[in-house]
Amino acid sequence: MSVTATIRIQEGNFDVAQEIAALTRGRTDIGAVVTFSGICRGSENGEPIAALTLEHYPGMAEAEIGRHADEALSRWLLQGLTIIHRFGRIAPGENIVLVVTASPHREAAFEAAEFLMDYLKTSAPFWKREESEKGTSWIEARDHDDVAAARWTKS
Amino acid sequence: MKVKYFAWVRERIGVAEEIIEPPADVRTVDDLIGWLSQRGDAYAYAFEKPKVIRAAIDHAHVKADAAISGAREIAFFPPMTGG
Repeated sequence: MSVTATIRIQEGNFDVAQEIAALTRGRTDIGAVVTFSGICRGSENGEPIAALTLEHYPGMAEAEIGRHADEALSRWLLQGLTIIHRFGRIAPGENIVLVVTASPHREAAFEAAEFLMDYLKTSAPFWKREESEKGTSWIEARDHDDVAAARWTKS
Repeated sequence: MKVKYFAWVRERIGVAEEIIEPPADVRTVDDLIGWLSQRGDAYAYAFEKPKVIRAAIDHAHVKADAAISGAREIAFFPPMTGG
């Protein structure tokens, strides 16, 4: 059975439990579900922040995430895949991103979720701007995210 | 062709998108960055470190040496920080 990824780029919040239930409802063939939730922290480098605002590139965000979802589905035996990424203003404690993977055994679900998050960090067209008492500033990309993504490159 | 700018590239240039008609000798993404940089101080500031700038043609990432002929939409932006 071919698996189609559910990909949503949205401004509103999402419910993690509801997304897991949507993947597994009525099924007895799934043995493992891994979820990764990215959550807005209340501080950055020790400084409190009021909120993050995520800018994105509509159209390319869906296309780029779709390409990586297709790659994950071809590399791992997955029975279900949901990816949600929010944009707009997000307050500390709120969800930013969700990856849910389902597979018969845990290895595929763990690895595919990690692969997808590493690529979401470095190649999905989203940019975070933080708001604090000092004003607003763009968050800089981190080298170790590039290193994390590079380890999945097929040699 | 349409060009789009995101994050601080957009802020520095002051517009989110525009239609441009670069001359025929502007063949690659790198050439286009050079040509745009000469359009004024705001552009020069946005592209002051061209190696930092990422580009996409028609919603797919490309390298600086990618050809721009036939492109409908080219985007310039800083390294991504989503996830």
